[in-house]
Amino acid sequence: MSEVPEMVQDDWPLYEIFVRGKRGLNHVHVGSLHAADDEMALRHARDVYTRRNEGVSIWAVRSDAIAASSPDEKDPLFAPANDKVYRHPTFYSIPDDVPHM
Amino acid sequence: MTATESLEKQFDETIARNDRIEPRDWMPEKYRKTLIRQVAQHAHSEIIGMQPEGNWITRAPSLRRKAILLAKVQDEAGHGLYLYSACETLGVSRRELTELLIEGQQKYSSIFNYPTLSYADVGTIGWLVDGAAICNQVPLCRTSYGPYGRSMIRICKEESFHQRQGFELLATMMRGTDEQRAMVQESVDRFWWPALMMFGPPDADSPNTEQSMAWGIKRDTNDELRQKFVDMTVPQAEALGVTLPDPSLVWNEERGHHDFGQPDWDEFMRVVKGGGPCNAQRIAHRRHAHEDGAWVREAATAFAAKGASA
Repeated sequence: MSEVPEMVQDDWPLYEIFVRGKRGLNHVHVGSLHAADDEMALRHARDVYTRRNEGVSIWAVRSDAIAASSPDEKDPLFAPANDKVYRHPTFYSIPDDVPHM
Repeated sequence: MTATESLEKQFDETIARNDRIEPRDWMPEKYRKTLIRQVAQHAHSEIIGMQPEGNWITRAPSLRRKAILLAKVQDEAGHGLYLYSACETLGVSRRELTELLIEGQQKYSSIFNYPTLSYADVGTIGWLVDGAAICNQVPLCRTSYGPYGRSMIRICKEESFHQRQGFELLATMMRGTDEQRAMVQESVDRFWWPALMMFGPPDADSPNTEQSMAWGIKRDTNDELRQKFVDMTVPQAEALGVTLPDPSLVWNEERGHHDFGQPDWDEFMRVVKGGGPCNAQRIAHRRHAHEDGAWVREAATAFAAKGASA
């Protein structure tokens, strides 16, 4: 990420927190927090992000372990999808009276 | 077109489309600085805001009120954390922000520099102060910076409990004795004007508003939000049976809004600059809490290092 000042080198690492709202749903990113280790990250995540039954499961992932596409690469990375309209069902015209399509 | 001009154009187009700016996007330095100032001030307000009410936890009048107050103060801590983590995506660290706060280099809402003198103040803070905060915060859910907007959505969901518990507390006292009703009125008298100040100076004296609105950081001006708050609050005050301490407060049929008096803006500036009743106490308390917690942070770090090497 952006430049981190020298003085914070010894800060607790940053974790990204993902919460599964209920069974049947994906874990969704809800925010981040600092913790000394994984166990503390989970405890803090429970207190910060699930005070009102917002979740049944938490993932805590160290932010520096996440590989992310950069916005600078946005165009070349996602461009291949732009000109392939035939991947969408609306590309195909089907007569109105054909059922169940 | 230079590389910077091209990036600036992309940024402007994103704002014009009403899309959100995300942490790794290029952004003008002034946009970043404005956001850091605003989000940090907001985060600090949540954290300092724990103090006036925390003051009453040990003296809550019943177990029910105590549990509610504990939950509310815990929420404020959570809100501070959501906002600090949003602020960190702009390239400042949590530690740096805490230090700027206790060195007095960043501000928090001036409302928290007023003392809480009775338990009625817990109700008034929930009703008026959190009510004003909701007015401010609901439009910020649509702010142009993604992480800030997402924090605000979480906060607004929880803030509604804060306002309702305050109103209910006051309503309960208003059904009590004359002495309790007088406590409520006295509390409302003290907090009404500081609550109106929470929206910031009048638009004519708010130099940052125009640029912040152009960037979609703010969605309404200070005066628009203040008007909205007054219009929302008047019928609530009637339902409670309290009088708002403003003789010029009157419904204006033509405008379809209430006319109301201006807070004492000299007092506002004095409190913002550190001259409020509790400024020194609030910062000293925050500094103590931070310094007293140093050994816990060190111990946890040492424990984590031990776990990692085992």
